[in-house]
Amino acid sequence: MIIRDIFQETFYSLSANKIRSGLTILGIVIGIASVIAMVAIGQGAQASISSKIQAIGSNLIMVRPGAQKSGGVSGGAGSAQTLTLEDVAAIKSEVKNIKAVAPEVSRRYQITAKSANTNTQITGTVPDYQAVRSVSMDLGSFITEYQAKASAKVAVLGSASRDELFGTNANPIGEKIRINNIDFDVIGVTKSKGGSGFNNPDEAIYVPLSSAQSYLIGNKYVSSISVAASSQEMMTAVQNQITDLLLKRHNITDASSADFSLMNQTDIIETASSVTGTLTILLASIAGISLLVGGIGIMNMMLTTVTERTREIGLRKAVGIKKIYINMQFLAEAVALTFLGGVLGILIGWAASLLVSKFSTLTTQISPNSIFLAVGVSAAVGIVFGFYPARRAANLSPMEALRYE
Amino acid sequence: MIECRNLKKIYTNGDVETAALGGVSFRVEKGEFVSIIGPSGSGKSTLMHILGALDVPTSGQYFLDGKEVSQLNDDELSELRRERIGFVFQAFNLLPRTTVLRNVTLPLLYSKTSLKEREKKARQCLRYVGMEESKFYNMSNQLSGGQMQRVAIARSLINDPAIILADEPTGNLDTKTSQIVMKAFQELNHKGHTIILITHEPDIAKYAQRIISIRDGRIESDRRSS
Repeated sequence: MIIRDIFQETFYSLSANKIRSGLTILGIVIGIASVIAMVAIGQGAQASISSKIQAIGSNLIMVRPGAQKSGGVSGGAGSAQTLTLEDVAAIKSEVKNIKAVAPEVSRRYQITAKSANTNTQITGTVPDYQAVRSVSMDLGSFITEYQAKASAKVAVLGSASRDELFGTNANPIGEKIRINNIDFDVIGVTKSKGGSGFNNPDEAIYVPLSSAQSYLIGNKYVSSISVAASSQEMMTAVQNQITDLLLKRHNITDASSADFSLMNQTDIIETASSVTGTLTILLASIAGISLLVGGIGIMNMMLTTVTERTREIGLRKAVGIKKIYINMQFLAEAVALTFLGGVLGILIGWAASLLVSKFSTLTTQISPNSIFLAVGVSAAVGIVFGFYPARRAANLSPMEALRYE
Repeated sequence: MIECRNLKKIYTNGDVETAALGGVSFRVEKGEFVSIIGPSGSGKSTLMHILGALDVPTSGQYFLDGKEVSQLNDDELSELRRERIGFVFQAFNLLPRTTVLRNVTLPLLYSKTSLKEREKKARQCLRYVGMEESKFYNMSNQLSGGQMQRVAIARSLINDPAIILADEPTGNLDTKTSQIVMKAFQELNHKGHTIILITHEPDIAKYAQRIISIRDGRIESDRRSS
């Protein structure tokens, strides 16, 4: 009887004061929904950046030439020509725990197909590149061992380059493209990796390394060597072996003046993560402020209704309702409001995250922690400020409460 | 029925002590209609709070149905108010945006009475005070002052109380409506209810059979009208 009465009273009381209840719920909804949506966007951004970096290949170590120095002027990392095919062969034969080694040269060229033309990065490389960089094929095949040895004039197009030169989703196998006025046969198209920026793998065009060196670039140096370690744990060991080997081969005794540099994926991920981490903190702060504003909204609503409610409490006491039931009813009201607001807030925050996923390239991730935090804070504020003034009023004498102004 | 023995109430505000009641004694028998009249500050409200078990006296004794009230705690006072006392206030004090029926059943909340029984009782009480059936589901704030006060009287009757305490029940009403409400009290009295009316208007006090006049916290006169 008592429990049912409390539920009924709560229902009537909340529905008799729709605007008051609505505004309180709105405060809770805004706080919770914004926290959930903001954190979901932040985490989505973080996840999307790390997955793009993972797409480059796994357990990858990149060896790049050091900066070219002439008369004290540094040309920037990668500008020197210090790595050769002999270095590649040495790494392949002497370094343990590696899966594959893929040297590459790259340079931008103007490419023409039948009627279209574009300017993009030509990457000369070897068959192992496919394994090292996790390239998967959409159409045709990647460069074969034979084509690599024979310096065949063949090309594999990145999906974006294919779209650019032959039209979206066209099958260009067997067609010809002209790179630097030399015809190459198209033998394959890679699957899209969804990368972006300057080194977008989807925009690249791959040709055999030997072909690139002899027909296009005209020297024997390589612009970078990608090494895939056999496992994540071996990364450091492999990196050290490569460093030692190359220092020895290049006759350098002081490691700090090495004419090459090593970078692994973990470094890239860490850098990117710290950037997206900052982004998440930024979004979380915005959400935190929304939560605070929402909380103050709830507090305001609860406190401004105290006058009216104090008289109501006085009346309830005067007609003989015990303090404990009055306390229970007001607690139930506060809980009901925060519960409703909480559920609505979660739904709206979730819907907002889904909409962001749908209308942008970002896949948002809803984090359970953000839900707990948001709901916890709002519920605490709602219940404390809903219940505490009521409790104080219930402790007044009925006449004092009835006369409350 | 009701017996007060030397009731005193002293309010302390810092070092200053104010005696609102300076020793009041009287008896009210069952079925009486008593007006307590006095100017503001006379202590009549304080007396009413004590009679209504809303407050306890500083000293002295108050017996309701032979039971000593002065020593009860908050919850026991609540229970006493619910079971034995019906209140009618100057400001009506109905729950706004709530139906007439729910307002009348308010004192029965959290009691063992079933919902059906509550509604039946409420309907009875409303008919008793002459409310039209068609208004039972109206919101309390859509009623006229006279109707509100009748709803409040119906509410005070719901537990069949020993006494009905009316604190300036006509204070917010015009003369004509006041007459109607006072007639309603007289009718209740004829049906056997004990009524104690607090007022400062002699015209209103006249509806009772007995008028106790209070001044400066003491009984000035206690007489029966003809």
